[in-house]
Amino acid sequence: MMERYDIHRSIPAILLALLVAATIFYAFVEVGFGEAKVDEEGSVSNRFISNSTQETGSSNFVTAVVVNYRGFDTLGEVTVLFLASAGMGAIVSALPAGDKRKRPIPPSLILTAGTRLVLPLIILFGSYVFVHGHLSPGGGFQGGVIIASGLLLYLVIFPEWKAPHKALALSESLAGLSFAGIGIIGLAVGGIFLDNVISGLGEAGMLVSAGLIPLIYIAIGIKVGAEMTGLVARMKGGDA
Amino acid sequence: MEVTELVVYGSILLLAAVGIWGILSRRNLIKLILSLTILQTAVNLLLVSVGYISGRSAPIVNGDTGLDGSPIGEIVDPLPQALVLTAIVIGLATTAIALIVAVGYYRSTGTLELKSWSYGPSNEKEVKK
Repeated sequence: MMERYDIHRSIPAILLALLVAATIFYAFVEVGFGEAKVDEEGSVSNRFISNSTQETGSSNFVTAVVVNYRGFDTLGEVTVLFLASAGMGAIVSALPAGDKRKRPIPPSLILTAGTRLVLPLIILFGSYVFVHGHLSPGGGFQGGVIIASGLLLYLVIFPEWKAPHKALALSESLAGLSFAGIGIIGLAVGGIFLDNVISGLGEAGMLVSAGLIPLIYIAIGIKVGAEMTGLVARMKGGDA
Repeated sequence: MEVTELVVYGSILLLAAVGIWGILSRRNLIKLILSLTILQTAVNLLLVSVGYISGRSAPIVNGDTGLDGSPIGEIVDPLPQALVLTAIVIGLATTAIALIVAVGYYRSTGTLELKSWSYGPSNEKEVKK
């Protein structure tokens, strides 16, 4: 009877899904896939592409937009992530205790030894990604998530590990504060919140370049890494 | 219509349809959240595809384009990619909250099926079982 019930609900769902798909197709078939829409003078993207290397010193245009031109928006985005993390903590503390009867199967030697070997490399790679956010694909969010994925691996292999929630919260708060502090430096020196006051520092394309962008991305990387690790550890439940 | 366009738009439409169908017809919480994430992926893919320009490279300047000259005409539109980066992070936050609510539902009811939260003529019988 489960099957019949599902089919009974599925037919309108399929119809609505097809309707939405057709609407999207109808709306976007006119957009012109792969056409050069940014080349006209006066478009926002054109303005960014023409001036961002000179203005910010960043080689990566996406980073220049996310951290420099839309830096305030990114501060809000980081705040949303913090809110999700804090909200999860609040919900977890109100939940009934988890079922502890099921003992996990202990992992084999290969898994434990391999995890100990790979975890430092994953953290190193995540740090590389967020330190080089202004030069190569990636940035603070991506690097932070890579670090958290390494700690998720550790948590899966060693389920007894208790995440240091206080240390995670501390590094998260310090990273968030330094992001806001960098913004206030811009306000004090340049007169604009999050103004990239030392954008001329260094040569574009080198590690020391793009002014405050790498510093902001390092702060975001640490913050996202700590927050995501906390999220994943809370999801495991039990002691969280 | 080129092959690339067909493949990209086809996968977007497929993902959107699967996501909406899953949200409307599934009653397992994990499957619901999964459908929501699939729908988000479709929207993100759609936004990135709007900024795609055929034959151009990623929006990063390197030795080929030169750091002094303007790279206009050689890279794709960076703005949709930056917006999608924001959208992905917000999607992650909502997914995390949804998952922890699912954990709470499981702990208090012992199941992930939304049995009583549904409508339709066969609802009454389902609940009584």
